[in-house]
Parts: sequence; C-alpha cells; structure tokens
Amino acid sequence: MLRLYYDLLSQPSRAVYIFMKKAKIPFKEMPVALRKGEHRTEEFAAINPFQLVPVIDDNGFKLTESIAILRYLHRQFNVADHWYPKDSRIQARVDEYLEWQHINTRVNGSMFFQHKFLLPKMFGREVNTRKVEEYQNKLETTLHQFETVWLKDRPFIAGDQLTIADLLAACELEQPSMADYDVREGRPLLTAWFNRVKEALQPEYDEAHNVVYIIRNKSGGKVSGAKL
Amino acid sequence: MKLYYNLLSQPSRAVYIFLKTNDIQFESCHLNLLEGEHRTEEFAAINPFQLVPVIDDNGFKLTESIAILRYLHRQFNVADHWYPKDSRIQARVDEYLEWQHINTRVNGSMFFQHKFLLPKMFGREVNTRKVEEYQNKLETTLHQFETVWLKDRPFIAGDQLTIADLLAACELEQPSMADYDVREGRPLLTAWFNRVKEALQPEYDEAHNVVYIIRNKSGGKVSGAKL
Repeated sequence: MLRLYYDLLSQPSRAVYIFMKKAKIPFKEMPVALRKGEHRTEEFAAINPFQLVPVIDDNGFKLTESIAILRYLHRQFNVADHWYPKDSRIQARVDEYLEWQHINTRVNGSMFFQHKFLLPKMFGREVNTRKVEEYQNKLETTLHQFETVWLKDRPFIAGDQLTIADLLAACELEQPSMADYDVREGRPLLTAWFNRVKEALQPEYDEAHNVVYIIRNKSGGKVSGAKL
Repeated sequence: MKLYYNLLSQPSRAVYIFLKTNDIQFESCHLNLLEGEHRTEEFAAINPFQLVPVIDDNGFKLTESIAILRYLHRQFNVADHWYPKDSRIQARVDEYLEWQHINTRVNGSMFFQHKFLLPKMFGREVNTRKVEEYQNKLETTLHQFETVWLKDRPFIAGDQLTIADLLAACELEQPSMADYDVREGRPLLTAWFNRVKEALQPEYDEAHNVVYIIRNKSGGKVSGAKL
C-alpha cells in the first residue's frame, strides 16, 4: 500500500493529505513529528535525503515535493477532471499558479509564520522583529496580488472549478493564522474564495487543519472560517 | 505566438532554447531589462508581474517558464524525451522542477545579483555578507545536485535529457557572470553539463552568447566553450 510520510503542521503535507482523502486513494499514514526532529534521523534521510515532508513511497518508488506528488497521484489514480483539467488553457493557468506560488504565497507565508511563531514559541528564540515586519509586508503584497490577479473575474484560481492550485493555496494561507494574522481581514474576494474552497473540501479540510485550529486558538488568533 | 524575453534571464533562455530546438515558430519580443522595459504600463498589460518570459499564443497569455514549457509540450508535437510519458520518469522531472525553485534558482540568482548585477549594473556597493551567504547556499545546492540528482544517472531524471536538465543548465550558467565556475572540483556536474550542452547545440551557445560575453569581460572562466 502507498505510504504517506507527513506532518499536518506542514502546509504541503496538508494539501497532499486532503487530496488523498478526498479522492479516496488508499494509503498508510506515516506521521513524522517535525517538532520532535523525527525528520532529522538517519532513518528518515534514507527515505528522503532532503529530510522534508511530505514524501510518498509507492511500493518502493519514493517521491518528494508535494506538487510532484499531486501530479503523480493524478496520473496513477482515476481522479475527477476538475482537480487538474485536461483543457490545455485551464491546465496552463493551474501550472502558472503552482510555479508562481513557490516564491510568493509559500515563501512569504512560511517565513512570516516561522519568524513570528515557530522560532520564538517552539524553539525559544527571540522574535526578530525586523524579519517579521519584512515578511508581513511581503505577505501583504502576495495577498494583494492574489485578489487582484489570481481571483480577478473568477471564483477559483484557474477558472470556474476548484483545482489543486486552490487546494495548495488554501493550505498555505492557513499558516499565518497560527501567528495571529488573519489573511481574510479587509479582503472580501479572498474571504469568499476561502469559504468556497473549504466548503468543497469538507470534512477532510477541517480534519487536516485540526492542529492548526488548536494552535490558532491557543495563541489567541482569529479562527479563519470555522462555523462562527 | 509571441515570446517576450531577455537572454540575461535564465528561464527566458530555457524557453528560447526549447522553442528553437523544437522548431516552434514564434515572434521575438525582446525586452531590455536594464533599461526597465519590463516596468512599463504597456508590459504590465501583458504580464502584471512584470517579469520575463511570457508567451502570447493568439491572445492567450502565459507567464512562468515551467508553465510555458508544459504548455508548449502539450500544444506541439515534441519528442518524448523532453517530458517522458513514463509516469515514474515524469515524476522525477516534476520533482526536480519543484525542488529547484528555492534551491538552484534562488541561490544561483541571488549569488549573481549580489556579486555582479547590483554592484556592476546598478552601481551599488557589494554586500559581502549576502555574497558569502548565497555562495554557501549555492555550494550546498551544487553538492546536492551531484549527490542526489546526478546519483547513478547521466541526466536528472534518468537516461535521457528532459526539461529539468535544460532549466538546470540555464540556471547554472548564471554564476559564471559573477566569476564563479560551478564546475570547479565537481566532475559529475562537469560531465553532465557537457552532455547537456552538446545535445542542445547550436541553440545553447546562441542563447548564451550574452552570458559568455559578460563572463569574459568580468574575467570569469568559460563554462564549457570549446577549450
């Protein structure tokens, strides 16, 4: 059976987890506790030399990188067309977002979260206020571009239907909520899109984000979308 | 189809070489980045992110070099080796294309920017801390390139050249303009580099002409021209 090595604190892990559950792809759950350093073991390095999650092991074939994994799963299993449409131009728009997001949504959301929450609260380091400000500004630029370019005149990133682009984006945009930052505040287009995506992916979405919601509540953060 | 590009940009070179080697017809729309032609309102209408490369296929505009390569592969009848149908080989290509964003690309680019582009082109002072930081990161990337991506195989995804190799080669030419030879002390990488360039001539040298000129001017070492 296909194995998924993951940690639900990791945005790309959540995206792959939700996809596999939603598409009913059977897999063996292999949780890797990042906060305990389980990814830094020699045992895990044998599975992924880069020592990151998520990773899949499909009967000996190991694959890293969440987007490569999603593409592979899409090919190997009979999933609905909307996830990654055959229509070449719609598919191109999905691809375009998946490329753009690496050094925009992902890096800015992650680095903001790391400097404001993870490094101080988890590892006891001092808050680097300069870095927090830098990445908050970059994150806000990303959110502005998200509304004005990616969601311009359409309900989902690539058009009328939810794709893996929306799945990945939503998972990334949940991360800042653990650092007491609500990406939806003052952004009605993004809020409407977020609700659309979450609704389409329940109950798997809330299940995958349970630890995120817990941490968000503990740090006094605002809840991004649980039934208010 | 129009291609908006500049050959100082690594992803522009990759798309340019792909179009040329596959005999895909396109109209060249070269943008002078040093003169800020990408910062005009005119170009913002083509790409709101104001970056190259971009294609305009009869009104359908597409940014992001890898998205463009995927689209071209679908739309035109190119040879299978570029992006093999074999699911596991294709997965290895995809895996590299994802990994390279914050490894090969960012470290190569940022090293080049801090050591060469910002000082020499824009007259800024060299930020030696940043140059050292990115040189170290680049060297980690090069080590991983040899020990993971080229482990036991001639090309990134296996036995044949794919778009992963094309993109990687274009990215790894960039540091040469900042007087840094990625091949030095790295025989596996050197052998791979020669293999890739050979398979892509004469389009490879044509696309890299400006890179070679700048490298020679800054006293850099020539990464692979016939020595």
